[in-house]
Amino acid sequence: MQTVDLQETGLRALNKMLHAQSETTNQTAWEILNPKGAHAIACGLNAPIEVTVKGSTGYYCAGMNQHATVNIHGSAGPGTAENMMSGTVVIEGDASQYAGATGHGGLLVIKGNASSRCGISMKGIDIVVHGNIGHMSAFMAQSGNLVVCGDAGDALGDSCYEARLFVRGTVKSLGADCERKEMRPEHLEILQDLLTRAGSDAKPEEFTRYGSARNLYTFDVDNAAAY
Amino acid sequence: MNQHDPKNIPQTTPRQSATFSPDVNSEIRRAAATGIYDIRGGGAKRSLPSFDDLLFMGASISRYPLEGYREKCETSVTIGGLHAENPIHLDIPITIAGMSFGALSGPAKEALGRGATAAGTSTTTGDGGMTSEERGHSKTLVYQYLPSRYGMNPDDLRRADAIEIVVGQGAKPGGGGMLLGQKISDRVAEMRNLPKGIDQRSACRHPDWTGPDDLEIKILELREITGWKVPIYVKIAGARPYYDVTLAVKAGADAVVLDGMQGGTAATQDVFIEHVGQPTLAVIRPAVQALQDLGMHRKVQLILSGGIRSGADVAKAMALGADAVAIGTAALIALGDNDPKYEAEYNAMGTTAGAYDDWHEGRDPAGITTQDPELSARFDPIEGGRRLKNYLKVMTLEAQTIARACGKNHLHNLEPEDLVALTMEAAAMAQIPLAGTDWYPGKPNTSY
Repeated sequence: MQTVDLQETGLRALNKMLHAQSETTNQTAWEILNPKGAHAIACGLNAPIEVTVKGSTGYYCAGMNQHATVNIHGSAGPGTAENMMSGTVVIEGDASQYAGATGHGGLLVIKGNASSRCGISMKGIDIVVHGNIGHMSAFMAQSGNLVVCGDAGDALGDSCYEARLFVRGTVKSLGADCERKEMRPEHLEILQDLLTRAGSDAKPEEFTRYGSARNLYTFDVDNAAAY
Repeated sequence: MNQHDPKNIPQTTPRQSATFSPDVNSEIRRAAATGIYDIRGGGAKRSLPSFDDLLFMGASISRYPLEGYREKCETSVTIGGLHAENPIHLDIPITIAGMSFGALSGPAKEALGRGATAAGTSTTTGDGGMTSEERGHSKTLVYQYLPSRYGMNPDDLRRADAIEIVVGQGAKPGGGGMLLGQKISDRVAEMRNLPKGIDQRSACRHPDWTGPDDLEIKILELREITGWKVPIYVKIAGARPYYDVTLAVKAGADAVVLDGMQGGTAATQDVFIEHVGQPTLAVIRPAVQALQDLGMHRKVQLILSGGIRSGADVAKAMALGADAVAIGTAALIALGDNDPKYEAEYNAMGTTAGAYDDWHEGRDPAGITTQDPELSARFDPIEGGRRLKNYLKVMTLEAQTIARACGKNHLHNLEPEDLVALTMEAAAMAQIPLAGTDWYPGKPNTSY
């Protein structure tokens, strides 16, 4: 286990050490102390290492993550795991805005609640939120899965494309072109896998699936009022 | 003769309305028939105050010229030396602006890389990600970081020579991208992670930051991911140049790309292109003023774009304080866009060479703004690259010719005092004296 005190080491030196790890590194376990809400901690990781941040983080922690596992033992600021490509990011507390924004792959688990625009423009990432999510989540979501064990705020899935949205609780309102969908066996299977991997004991049957009505895929003047 | 006989009354010439011109009327009829606004490519087509309204004075008794073909006139520029470990060094200050694979064919992107590399300058990706063709053929490639984040990934980020965070573009300040279904081929769909054949809307705002304070943190993140090695540009539209440049510099930009309303787009609403934004001529001085007020002029580089066509435009932009320029539409024309040799095909589409702007439809007979395999195959990227290189060389020689005539041994030494303005509008916008006077509208300590 490599232990780094961020306040002593500094952000640049920390990220440089983490970026220096290769696919075959022996230094696979890292612990970061005293993050104190710093921004861009452990962003751009590109190796199969496990990083545990002991405390809360600022903006863009684990941004563009690839291959690594990042555990945040606290709450996370805006844009955590933005544009993640692969790997796993687990936030023990709450997540601020834009969690998992534009993510292409990997798994983001938020044990607490997520703020607005969770999963905005997601492009293949899987996101599991144990609590609730804020408004405009999954806005223009392209692909991947967003699982919400609690409730969703206003305008869920506005202008979404092919992303699958699963909500166990209530949805305050659906966004433009987002509709309730049939939950087929393959969706229950996907959901069970994600819940298991995210450490949730919720039952897939308790969820409702939402997705694109695909009415806005091609511009039609008769749909202008939807925008 | 009966003078009251209508046959004997002289007839007036039929008079077209300046307000309801044939162009306007045709658009009204088109709108009435379709119920949808006009979408097109390119930049503003209306007549605007421009660099054509400025002239260089040349040498005189107080300024002696340099000998053409004998005395050196440098053209190189370094971009991004403020924060980046590896700033960009270009032989010429004329770069290729961001244009997407998707909007352009793969061979066209390759040609831009070939031509730029041969001329010693950079090219830029666009909304759709980085293709192997353009990376492979571009010695210096700027990777755009756009709101859509189509194709964005850390591997490409790390193999870019610079990163350009796109906040706005001159053709549509405040507008997102638009790539209609006709151009969404399998490859474009895969790169953008969207279904084939649907209209793709690119966001107008970044998904994970808003405002200058967030931008500062976003720049920090990108620097951390790329190890502080490459320069980070911020591209803005010509909206509020003084404040936008100030905020971009405050956020930590190494360079600012400023795009006036003549700058092109792959596709957006005509009403957006023609009615939102400011002319390129109007935005440069406030931008330079912002850099000077911050003590950052020549430290944070200013790259001006939007309707740059010739070495004269390059020289004028640099005299007004730009460090470099970027060209988009002009580069496409150099490749063969709107070439009269395709006139019959333009006519078949109801247009004519020079006016063709339905780039979003993907039917470009020149094979440049298309994803159609047959049309794309018409375009030879090697020949296209050669043409672009020639054009860039000519622009550079033209700018050097002017600079030598003004007694400058580097294009960067051109200065506002080398210029006069032909019109009041140009004088006011460029803060350059009206020819024959020492005055321009708004000049401090004058009564006008």
